[in-house]
Amino acid sequence: MPLKKIEKKILSGKRLTSEDALACFESSDIFTLGRLANHVAQKLNGNNAYFVQNHHINPTNICVNRCKFCAFSKSRGDKGAYEMSIKDIVKKLKGQVGQRKGTKTAGTAKLRHKGTEGFSEVHIVGGLHPDWGLDHYVEILQKIKEHFPSLHIKAFTAVEIDYFAKISGLSLKNTLTALKNAGLESMPGGGAEIFNARVRNKICPEKINAGKWLKVMETAHSVGIKTNATMLYGHLEKYKHRVEHMLKLRNLQDKTGGFQAFIPLAFHPKNTNIDNAQYTSGIDDLKTIAISRLFLDNFPHIKAYWIMLGAKIAQLALCFGADDLDGTIVEEKITKSAGALSGSAMTKSELINLIEKAGKVPVERDSFYQALTK
Amino acid sequence: MTTQKKKKSYSARITKKEGLDLLKNADLLGLGSMADGMRKALHPHNKVSFIIDRNINYTNVCINKCKFCAFYRNADASDAYVLSKRKLFNKIRETIKHGGTQILMQGGLHPDLGLDYYVDLLKSIKAKFPIHVHGFSPPEITYISKTSGLSISDTLLTLQEAGLNSIPGGGAEILSDRVRKKVSPKKIMSKQWLKVMEEAHKIGMKTTATMMFGSVEGPEDIIEHLDAIRRLQDKTEGFTAFIPWSFQPGNTELFQNSKFKIQTPATGVEYLRVLALSRVYLDNIPNVQASWVTQGLKMAQVALRFGANDFGSTMLEENVVAAAGVKYIAAVNDIIQAVRGGGFQPVQRDMYYNIISENL
Repeated sequence: MPLKKIEKKILSGKRLTSEDALACFESSDIFTLGRLANHVAQKLNGNNAYFVQNHHINPTNICVNRCKFCAFSKSRGDKGAYEMSIKDIVKKLKGQVGQRKGTKTAGTAKLRHKGTEGFSEVHIVGGLHPDWGLDHYVEILQKIKEHFPSLHIKAFTAVEIDYFAKISGLSLKNTLTALKNAGLESMPGGGAEIFNARVRNKICPEKINAGKWLKVMETAHSVGIKTNATMLYGHLEKYKHRVEHMLKLRNLQDKTGGFQAFIPLAFHPKNTNIDNAQYTSGIDDLKTIAISRLFLDNFPHIKAYWIMLGAKIAQLALCFGADDLDGTIVEEKITKSAGALSGSAMTKSELINLIEKAGKVPVERDSFYQALTK
Repeated sequence: MTTQKKKKSYSARITKKEGLDLLKNADLLGLGSMADGMRKALHPHNKVSFIIDRNINYTNVCINKCKFCAFYRNADASDAYVLSKRKLFNKIRETIKHGGTQILMQGGLHPDLGLDYYVDLLKSIKAKFPIHVHGFSPPEITYISKTSGLSISDTLLTLQEAGLNSIPGGGAEILSDRVRKKVSPKKIMSKQWLKVMEEAHKIGMKTTATMMFGSVEGPEDIIEHLDAIRRLQDKTEGFTAFIPWSFQPGNTELFQNSKFKIQTPATGVEYLRVLALSRVYLDNIPNVQASWVTQGLKMAQVALRFGANDFGSTMLEENVVAAAGVKYIAAVNDIIQAVRGGGFQPVQRDMYYNIISENL
């Protein structure tokens, strides 16, 4: 039984080696992997499964990078290219709250009551816009804070941060500090894709390399900004590249402790430029969740991002080591462009139902995984 | 757990009480692992089969008006239809062109269509096309027998002689009259459904069996259903496959009318739990199908590790579930890829689960 050794390690709280993780990927014993991952998740988070009421804003799809796996980005002047003004962003946030409340102008007041009706978090990521400067992003943050003082802003991937630093001529540290002062409270984990240079050069040659991505995260952690980390899988990479990727994250986490959640992202093939690309299998999705839970022993949370996995697989992932479904995600555009198998929003009661039917305890959280109480 | 130990050998049959305990209390992965072991024991070759066929719904007019159905219409509705022969033949021609070997013919209980209509339909299809006709679920057979005044057995024999090859397992819903009286009071009750199947098996016709769960039933009703199927199969061995699927609530009275208290459709976890239990409980039914039409391809892949060994039909056309707002469109290639992605070798089969093609 090839997983026997790994089972022993897990049950005695020992760290898995890269070889162990690879053996897990090569095993077809999804039941043992799931059971062990669930064991680890239980130890870390009890029977809890978290969700957050959040709203996604993608301020622009105009991007100088044009990664091959991306169906969202456009060049300026392309059909479908768009940019939101700061006013649009504020209006969108207000409008959403209003809609959810069934009134036209619920606005700011509702958002102050975290955990009752409103959203507690806004998630902002977008393209690398050729003309917007750092001051524009600073202003986005300031204006949101002005209108929604208690709304948590989780924004900008490492790729965007690096780009802002470049266009502003500031160091990473100063760039991050400027954003933090303007209201940035945490960062998502996007743009990590797959760290292996050979694969990375094939799927996103223009994007910052692994070293740079990790450097941005390390700097963010050093100035007190918590972040997530992602991994895009199911394109051209092999299992060993996934392990290599997770090892780099685990090493950095040992150093900084600044990562909150690891989010494996299943590649979506529609409208991308990857040859012969296919959807990942549901079994691969579950295995990847389970193995990440087993291998990343220093990450407090594993997120099953339902918009990428579909609600059904994401729910099932809660039995395979994941402890977070992300959130209500009103209006996601990026996965949708690549043929999302899910809708683009879920209600709080839908999330709660999925969690309960998976035998877990639903906990509405804030952006730092603190339970929100009514 | 003693039940799990018992099943380890895949020899001892689980009792109703044990089945109920598993359905209610077993942890999902434990139950899945049991089902996976049983699937492997029954189908050790690592192949997953599917059939290329087309669902042809010859009419949507139906007097039964089940509350979980979004497909039926009254005869005078503006979008009520009975398919013309020309259209039907075109559909069959297309099916054959796409490598199809079977048509699944099902429709509403139309008050004006008698036995003659069905006999003529079958004969004219068989005269033109070398195709397997899998058609007319027990509610239809019962209705035809009633309007023609023939016994069930004679109705079946007449249809068989005209060209009907096998019978689909639809209309079973949940074989618990407590539930049927609520969700489909005008539809035949459990005993009648089982009787039609038994008569069909007696004259050498193979059939499948389905179960629609996730409406207003409780775990006991699911066990009652599985047990009824298992008992009949002990007697006749006429079921080729079992197909559990979950109620799709879109556009249905059952979901829209709050008195039924269905707040949410069955989730993925619930689907897998029922699927796995079905595999374990129905030890005398050789095949269990994953329902990609109601669950999507990814969940159907996972289902292959929770007891299913078959991907069902490619459904070149499907109208009934689509009417409830669920559209998982899959081409033959998508199904082949999905089976491979799940770690299995895809093979094309016929209704009797004979492999027709392995070179896909």
